[in-house]
Amino acid sequence: MSISSLKEARRAPGAEWLKNHPRFLEKAYLLSKSIIAKTYPWMQKVSPRLANRFMVRSEEVLKGWAFNCQMCGQCVLHSTGMTCPMNCPKNLRNGPCGGVRHNGNCEVVPDMPCVWVQAWQRSQQMTVYVNDIQVIQAPVNRSLQGTSSWANMLDGKDTQTPKGW
Amino acid sequence: MDLVSNSRLERVLKSGRFAVTAELDAPDSANPDDVYKNALVLSEVCDAINATDAAGANCHMSSMGCCALLTRAGYEPILQVGCRDRNRIAIQGDLLGAAAMGVNTVLCITGDDVSNGDQPEAKRVFDFDSIQLLQVVRTMRDKGVLLSGRKLSTKPRFFIGAVENPFAPPYDWRPLRLAKKVQAGAQFIQTQYCFDMPRFKQFMQRVCDLGLDKQVYILAGVGPLRSFKGAEFMRDRVPGVWIPDELMHRMEKTPKNKQTAEGKKICIEMIQQVREIQGVAGVHVMAYRQEEMVADIIHQAGLLPRRPYAAG
Repeated sequence: MSISSLKEARRAPGAEWLKNHPRFLEKAYLLSKSIIAKTYPWMQKVSPRLANRFMVRSEEVLKGWAFNCQMCGQCVLHSTGMTCPMNCPKNLRNGPCGGVRHNGNCEVVPDMPCVWVQAWQRSQQMTVYVNDIQVIQAPVNRSLQGTSSWANMLDGKDTQTPKGW
Repeated sequence: MDLVSNSRLERVLKSGRFAVTAELDAPDSANPDDVYKNALVLSEVCDAINATDAAGANCHMSSMGCCALLTRAGYEPILQVGCRDRNRIAIQGDLLGAAAMGVNTVLCITGDDVSNGDQPEAKRVFDFDSIQLLQVVRTMRDKGVLLSGRKLSTKPRFFIGAVENPFAPPYDWRPLRLAKKVQAGAQFIQTQYCFDMPRFKQFMQRVCDLGLDKQVYILAGVGPLRSFKGAEFMRDRVPGVWIPDELMHRMEKTPKNKQTAEGKKICIEMIQQVREIQGVAGVHVMAYRQEEMVADIIHQAGLLPRRPYAAG
């Protein structure tokens, strides 16, 4: 069984190379975070609806290409070695399951490298967020599926947890 | 002794005794006698019985059902809660029900994927991961609230466990991931089958260096290989199990009619070896479809007599 007949390197040329340079990506993350924080309020003043649509679309395209983003709406890429945890067939957010194959591939998709094996290796190359992989991630807020995590970040929605967490 | 639950396993571990747990073969049957029959051979030789939650994604009687029967008969079951089949609403409701029935010990696991089981067409849920589940169980117990924040009029008193697989990549993260589980609320750990002793020793060394052996009780997973064919199946088809080549050769060299006995002998040797490792607080015996052998294994490994159930 395989998820797609196209290997990621062919589906998204350059994305694999990019993800293997997590130190560059964490800088890019910090930079884009500050740019979005400055420009998004202005865009909202023009039209909240268009601003949101622009965010969702650009996230779909950019993060879709680079990380195979699943649009969970609460991005934790910087805590997971710039490797999207929603690509894990079990949607794990806190690390690998016990089923990782001896060759480092996924239990569910034998041809795919385990998301968390890659996340671990990449996280260890990072400088700013090197220890963030040890942070416990809250349960996913499924109602944010399909929304823009950038917008949610600015609204503080992505880090809002249920009262009992 | 500072106890958080009425769990017999907690008492055994906190009193410093070497603990033994074993896995119950959940029946494909609606007959309670099938559960009691399988539990009987384990109850005298172990401190708690794991009621598996559709192990290997194969449908059997549920962990809840087995636990309900076991608590009624005075056994000490461990409720296994997997994230594969139920969402957060079902899981929290089940935990309350289990506590009400007298279940004192829970084991939080991710769960094998549906693709390994008898019904690979099923929808996988994985609403929580095991670490989130651990923290939710702990919050229910310590703060007496559901994840939503709604108050419980009576808190469930659980001794909380988790699993770890030191034998799956990324090896250098596994001890740190264990630390994450401890931080989320794990009080005891049952590991995957230990066949690769050098790897396990390396893992335990790091666990002790991190000081985790002082914060969590680690029960090493062991089990008898039935035959060379069975060993091959386990290595290649059961997720997360690794059997090193020397052991495979040893099984292969043994004549077919003696392979089961050899598998048992290896299991006993493994128990004796893990007992010597610093930080190992017990063993967890998984003898799938060979439960009748467990008593003999525990006896021959020198772990008997165990205290009778009533004495705690």
